[in-house]
Amino acid sequence: MRLTIPEEEIMSPGHLACQGCGATLAVRFVLKGLGRNTIMSIPACCCTVIDGPFPYTAYGVPIWHTAFETAASAASGIKAGLDVLGRKETTVLAWAGDGGTFDIGIQALSGAAERGDDMIYVCYDNEAYMNTGIQRSSATPYGAWTTTTPVKHPKNRPKKDIVAIMAAHRISYTATASIGYPEDLIKKVKKAKESEGTKFLHIIAPCPTGWRSRPDDTIKLAKLVVETNIFPLYEVENGEIWKLSKKSKGTPVIEYLKLQGRFRHLKEEDVQTIQMNVDKEYERLLKRCNESSNQ
Amino acid sequence: MMKVIMGNHALSYGAKLSRVQVIAAYPITPQTQVVELLSEMCANGELDAKFVKVESEHSAMAASIGASAVGARAFTATSAQGLALMHEMIHWAVGARTPIVLGNINRAMGPPWSIWTEQNDSLSERDTGIMQVYCESNQEVQDTVIQSFRVSEKLLLPCMVVLDAFYLSHTYEPVDIPEQSLVDEYLPAFNPPYRLDPDDPHTFGSLTDSKWYYELRYKIEVAMNKARDEWKKANEEFENLFDRGYGLVEDYKCEDADLILITSGTITGTARIAVDILREKGKKVGLLKIRVFRPFPIDEVRDVLGGAKKVACIDRNISFGHSGIFFAEVKSALYNNSNRPPIWGYIAGLGGRDVTPETVMEIVKRTEESDTPEELIWIGLKKG
Ligand SMILES: Cc1ncc(C[n+]2csc(CCOP(=O)(O)OP(=O)(O)O)c2C)c(N)n1
Ligand code: SF4
Ligand SMILES: [Mg+2]
Repeated sequence: MRLTIPEEEIMSPGHLACQGCGATLAVRFVLKGLGRNTIMSIPACCCTVIDGPFPYTAYGVPIWHTAFETAASAASGIKAGLDVLGRKETTVLAWAGDGGTFDIGIQALSGAAERGDDMIYVCYDNEAYMNTGIQRSSATPYGAWTTTTPVKHPKNRPKKDIVAIMAAHRISYTATASIGYPEDLIKKVKKAKESEGTKFLHIIAPCPTGWRSRPDDTIKLAKLVVETNIFPLYEVENGEIWKLSKKSKGTPVIEYLKLQGRFRHLKEEDVQTIQMNVDKEYERLLKRCNESSNQ
Repeated sequence: MMKVIMGNHALSYGAKLSRVQVIAAYPITPQTQVVELLSEMCANGELDAKFVKVESEHSAMAASIGASAVGARAFTATSAQGLALMHEMIHWAVGARTPIVLGNINRAMGPPWSIWTEQNDSLSERDTGIMQVYCESNQEVQDTVIQSFRVSEKLLLPCMVVLDAFYLSHTYEPVDIPEQSLVDEYLPAFNPPYRLDPDDPHTFGSLTDSKWYYELRYKIEVAMNKARDEWKKANEEFENLFDRGYGLVEDYKCEDADLILITSGTITGTARIAVDILREKGKKVGLLKIRVFRPFPIDEVRDVLGGAKKVACIDRNISFGHSGIFFAEVKSALYNNSNRPPIWGYIAGLGGRDVTPETVMEIVKRTEESDTPEELIWIGLKKG
């Protein structure tokens, strides 16, 4: 097998993440794909802390810490400034969690995408507000426990379909990726770098602390979430062409759910509901892919 | 019932005892436990309230205002960045005269990121018209929430209950959690004179030109002014029912004091220890804690400070380009007073830097040894 992952490590190993943190691998892989000529805009999230406290920094590229709701708008400004100064070759990377993307930052993200501001926006998704101690976000999946969706009242609404929302902005490139499939992830990062305007990557990043999973299951979970079709890997070009990146294995969702304490309270019928919802969503995705390939 | 709880949970219990009906909140360190406990209480059915898990603090305040506008009792809590994001809607809550109670955990503003205590977040809301009360203990936090609803709903003004990050928010103290029936006796159901109601339609907040806007601002000031008496009354009745109370200010060993310290929040407890140590050494030192900051307790401050030879104000905040904010407020309260002791201004403990009894004694010493008042002294500043 030919290795496609760049060898150079931009992120240093000394950082503050928990053991088995998926978000950290996401930073590492994305920076490998982008190279050093990159500036990162990071709003409040776990990755603020993972980078290290003053005077340390682990990411190896210039970091602009910014307010929670401003990942995209700060990136827009950074890009505009670089353009005016003639430094067009620098990649601007807006890097936010699911809370900073799906919830508080969606206005700034939507604004940037509609203007087509040149940036790669990565949402690393650990499916809750982990930095503040595991509160629900609109990316928290149906049935999951968080501190604000207690076991008696777990999350009763599905996860927001952020990729469809971004694709509806008709930006040049939108894709999902998983830290369990680094080759695919880095390929998509490079493709995003070559595409015009605003690009959006949605990366699933298991979080042992918040998911109540074993740190050594992180990669397994990052693969299972894809294999079960809970988080299928696909790309959307110009909001129109939908393409699956990986064929479905159709592994039953229970294989994924049972490794995580946040789903421990679920009853058999809840698992069935989740399986049904996943199947339905996956059908919807396949339909989109088929329709766009017939065009 | 006595229970050992953290400061954040004292806010939650205060809200629960006040029978809040709508909670709209967003998590932020160090406030999260307030929201988590309330969300649990709602889930258990312990609290019959609707919890709106909004997507930002701006929306938290907007939703609280909406709830209050139909006549539901609304509560929210936040800190630092979250409070700053709410800022527009705090003006709105005041202008719309919606008596929301907001718990704010004092936390330093970024950048650089900090999660530790400092008062610049809440003091940046000084001129919005929200009332502000700074608490020293968990008991005071719980009780102040209950009192706040009473005063707020009487005057139709929102109120912010303020406590220090970690030094109070995460410190466990025994708190007397009163019987619900007693609180019900103290705090009647919310019944605003106007509300969004199809049976009696009104429009709120429409474009108002200079003919009337001015008068509406005046009415807010009238309410704020009345608030001084309302806080006193609310406290008297509170004392009658619960056997404990808090003033707009609290003076400690001030009667014969030559030098009076001014504090707010948790530095007060530390300063009280310093005063005791200094008193044992024969120094005539007293302490004035400012609890209610808006409306500002001008008369009380004049009364207590009038007899002192020197005043030293400790601010865990800074109005850049001027001075500590409590310092500036106290100085302006004294300016037109016939007894006008000189006042020294000290900045201490920004970003959660510990303020110890030794820090306070150093402040006292420096003030004693100085002949002309200095307005902006940074205590314990590192070189570099
Ligand atoms: C305006 C504002 N509100 C709230 C916060 C507190 N806060 C910091 S990080 C965070 C959650 C971040 O969640 P997410 O974006 O999913 O990233 P994660 O921590 O899960 O990696 C919150 C609520 C803040 N910093 N600013
Ligand atoms: S809480 Fe989760 S996302 Fe945050 S550092 Fe720990 S493992 Fe990573
Ligand atoms: Mg998250």
